Parts: sequence; C-alpha cells; structure tokens
Amino acid sequence: MNPAFFIAPLAISAVSAVLAALISLTDKIVNNYGEVTININGGKKKLQVNGGAPLLFSLAETGIYVPSACGGRGSCGACTVKVKTDIGPHLPTETPYLTKEQIADDVRLSCQIKVKQDLDIEIPESLFNIRKFTGVVERIADLTHDIKEVYIKLEDGQEANFVAGQYGQFEVPPYAKIRERTQRAYSMSSAPSDKGHLEFLVRLVPGGIVTTYVHEHMKEGEKVNVVAPVGEFHVQDNDSTMICVAGGSGMAPFKSIFNDMIETGKIEERDVWYFFGARTTKDLFYMDWLKELDAKYDRFHFIAALSEPQSDEPWDGETGLITDVLGKYLESVIDQEKTKEGYLCGSPGMLDACMAVMRKHDMKEENIYFDKFA
Amino acid sequence: MAPDIGYFSLFLASILTSNILLANFLGMCSFISISKDINSSNGLGMAVTLVLTITAGVNWAILQLLQSLGIVYLRFIVFIIVIAAVVQMLEMIIDRISPRLYMSLGIFLPLITVNCAILGVSLFMEIRNYSFLQSIVYGFGSGLGWWLAIMALAAIRKKTEKAPIPAGLQGAGITMITIGFMAMAFIGFSGMLQVQ
Repeated sequence: MNPAFFIAPLAISAVSAVLAALISLTDKIVNNYGEVTININGGKKKLQVNGGAPLLFSLAETGIYVPSACGGRGSCGACTVKVKTDIGPHLPTETPYLTKEQIADDVRLSCQIKVKQDLDIEIPESLFNIRKFTGVVERIADLTHDIKEVYIKLEDGQEANFVAGQYGQFEVPPYAKIRERTQRAYSMSSAPSDKGHLEFLVRLVPGGIVTTYVHEHMKEGEKVNVVAPVGEFHVQDNDSTMICVAGGSGMAPFKSIFNDMIETGKIEERDVWYFFGARTTKDLFYMDWLKELDAKYDRFHFIAALSEPQSDEPWDGETGLITDVLGKYLESVIDQEKTKEGYLCGSPGMLDACMAVMRKHDMKEENIYFDKFA
Repeated sequence: MAPDIGYFSLFLASILTSNILLANFLGMCSFISISKDINSSNGLGMAVTLVLTITAGVNWAILQLLQSLGIVYLRFIVFIIVIAAVVQMLEMIIDRISPRLYMSLGIFLPLITVNCAILGVSLFMEIRNYSFLQSIVYGFGSGLGWWLAIMALAAIRKKTEKAPIPAGLQGAGITMITIGFMAMAFIGFSGMLQVQ
C-alpha cells in the first residue's frame, strides 16, 4: 500500500496539533491578566475577577446579570455598561449598536470588551437585584393551540422580588441540533406576591429555539434556569387612565399587572381599558377571568377583538384589527378629558401600529410604555 | 535552487513591478471594500504586511517539511491552516502588547485569514523556489506593496468622493476603473526589474 495514505493525514494532523498547542500556549501566556478589580458604581460593589474574559461574562460569574438577549454574541446591543476607565476607542463591533450620545458618554457593549485591567464601571442599581434562579417546571398547560403556560416552582426557598410587568431570561438546555444553552426573554405572568413561583406564557414561533423546546421537549418536573427580573415595563404610580393593548402571548405582563392591582386594591382606583387582539376564537384565552374582572370592577374594561372571525364560531365581541378597535374607542368611548397612558405588549409591528394610533389621538410618546424584545 | 536575485531587487520588485495587488490582482475583495476609509486602509495595510512577513517565513519552513515527506500537494490546505493559526496568535499577542494597535486593527486582523494575497505569496514563494531569507523579504515587500496600493486607492477615492461621477458608475464602477488605471500606471515600473 502507498505510504502516502498514512503520511499525508499524519503530517496534517501533526501540523494542526502543533499549531493548536502553540495557540493554547500563547493563550495561556498572553491572556493571563491575573486578578483584576471591577469597581461598580463608585465603590458600591467591588469584584475580584480573573482578567481576560469579556466584561459581560466576568460580571455574570460574580452574580451580576447585565441583560443580554443574544447571550453575548454581540448581536442585540442590550448589554450596555458605562465604563469610566479609559480602555481605548469603541470597537467596530460596538458602534453599530450605540447612539452618538452613548459613545460620547463612554457606554460600551459589555460582551465585546475584555477585562484586562482594573475597571471603574457604572450600571443601573436595579441590576443588583437580577440573579439566576433555579426552578422546576411544576405545570405546563395549553392555553391555545400555540400558547403554553409554564409554571415554575423556585427551588430551595428562593424568592423572586419583581415588579409586575418585568421579564426574565428563560434558559433552555441544548437539544436536537442546538448545541448551546439558549436564553430568551419572556414577561412574567405570575403575580409578584407569588414569590416562590414564576410563570411565563410561551407562544410557538416556527423555528424558534426556545419556543420549540418549550412546546415539544419540555416536561413537567424538569429543572430550568431563569435570570430575572429585567426590564423597565411597569405601571406608573398616578391616576391617569391606563390604555393597555396586547396580542397573543403579550397577555403575560398584563395578567401579572391586573392580579397585582387586584391585590393592592389599585384596580378600583383608576380606569383601565384592556384591548386584546386575536385572529379567531381559537386564539383567545383567559376569557372567563377577564370577563369576570370586567363585570366585577366598575373601572376595569375588557375589549377583545377578532381580526378574522370565522362564520361558524359564535362571537359577540368586536371585530377588526386591534388598532382599528383601539382607535374607535379612543375616539368615541374613552373619556377625552382625562390624561391617558399607553401600556403595550406584543410583536414589534403591533407596537408600532398602536403607537401610531395613540399619537394620533394626542397621547404623548413619553406616556406610552413597552419593552421591546423581539 | 533559489533564484539568483539580490534581496534589495527582490524587495523593490515585490513592492512595485510585481505588486501583489496591481500586477497579480490578489486580495481584491478587502482592497475594494476597505479602501472606502483611509484610516481603516492604513490599519489593514499594516496588518497585511505583518501577517505576510511572518507567514512567508513560517510557510517556508513548513514547505521544507512537506517536501521532505513528499507530500507537497498538500501545501494549499497546510498553508491555510498555518495562516489561520498565525493570525490567531498574532491577534492575542498584539492585544496584549499594544491594545492601541489592536484597537486600530480591530476586525481586520481576523479577516486577513481569508485574504488571498497571503496564500498567494506563500504559493509564489514555493513556485519560485525562494530561500528562507528571500521568502521573508518577498513577503515583507509584497505587504508594503499591498499597503501602498490600498492607501493610494483610498486617497483617490477620497478625492473622487465629491467628483461629478455619472450615476451608473458611482461606487464599485468608478472604483474598478480607478484600479485599472492604477494597474496600468504600475506597468510603467515593469521595465525596471523582473522577478520570476
């Protein structure tokens, strides 16, 4: 047999092995920055970490979770942190995600910058509350043909302290062709008073990594991780009229918000209009509960609208796009005199369309609240 | 046998008469896309020069090994592996020694791995039987030549930014024509020296 059959693969393997060894050797020698100190918010918290890793991961290692929808791959631009130490100009991988003001203000993408020296950074205080919870899936229930309600019991007496409307990063393990743990953001639908549990509504997105896992692989009794609470979406403390609009699994934060308002009694103190948009009756859920709230509380109004009602299904509610129904109510039903606030949760397209309708009816942009995480 | 050519002649030839870009048309993709910006061009030129010099030397040594084993036909795949590894190590070392330089090279350093000028120089070195020192001189010269060409093009593009170019020729069109003129201008050097 021709000796080349052996020599060629052996030579290539040997060359590759030597190079790989050299690379890891270089990595060991060159990327050893020793222990460095990260000083957060002017001394509020001081962390000792091993240098060399991206700031996002160094912070996560010590239990500070800067929100990141993409998991540190530099594709979402969420993990911004203000770095006061001079660590050089912004990288080409950072600039597309930052505004001019942010760049001038030394805001950096924490997944792109490496910790190589002692750092002085500033992060919102609320991030100190964010932590990784471990829990067990207690119940998975079908709400509609494509939305599941996932109820998680936190392990070992852990307690989640969040404000109704905030979201969590739901983590699923590798499965099928997905090789890495994957995190996606979902609003909590459980009430904040239910500290020992977290609940999420997950709609199946064709091809979605986390949604497919939840719908096809997740079992009751399985362990899951949730990084929470994240987000600025919550009810403002005043007495203006709340105009809430949701579609599909965008119901989640409102379930939490309304239950919280019931517990605190706020639901009797201010006007709430809740618009829920769906395509057909198959896409509706929690109807009995919401109708009951509508009947029980004078100032709570629930309006569901179907955009494609089927002739063979009985439906006595509104029909048409939720934006058209919203426009109609803003025009002629809801008190024109009172100040109004918008609360939105749904697809980016729905958010934009609702914003446009609200602006048209003289609602101020700064009074319209939502968390965009598509 | 190594060709009988002085180091200085080889150096000048690789910059001017056999300019890797304008005579051999290698490394065109980054040449055209990066030359939009003069600072990036400078950074990329620097990175190409550095990587070319080092990989020419390393690949010469690897080539001797392949020749002694009688498996020279594997040179393409081995050269690419070596280039990728060298770029990886360089990236880490520059990052450590000079963060400033690392920042200014930025994304260009890893991109060089797939720059055909780098592989081209290693292959020319083999075809032309260069000695170790000749390879390094040729690699360094070719890098400088590439650097010179991209800086020249970036400067010309900056000048033509405000020029009244017909709509159909704007962007890639006028750039290709500019490169054509530059290549013709470089032919003017060809009488001075020849390397083969």
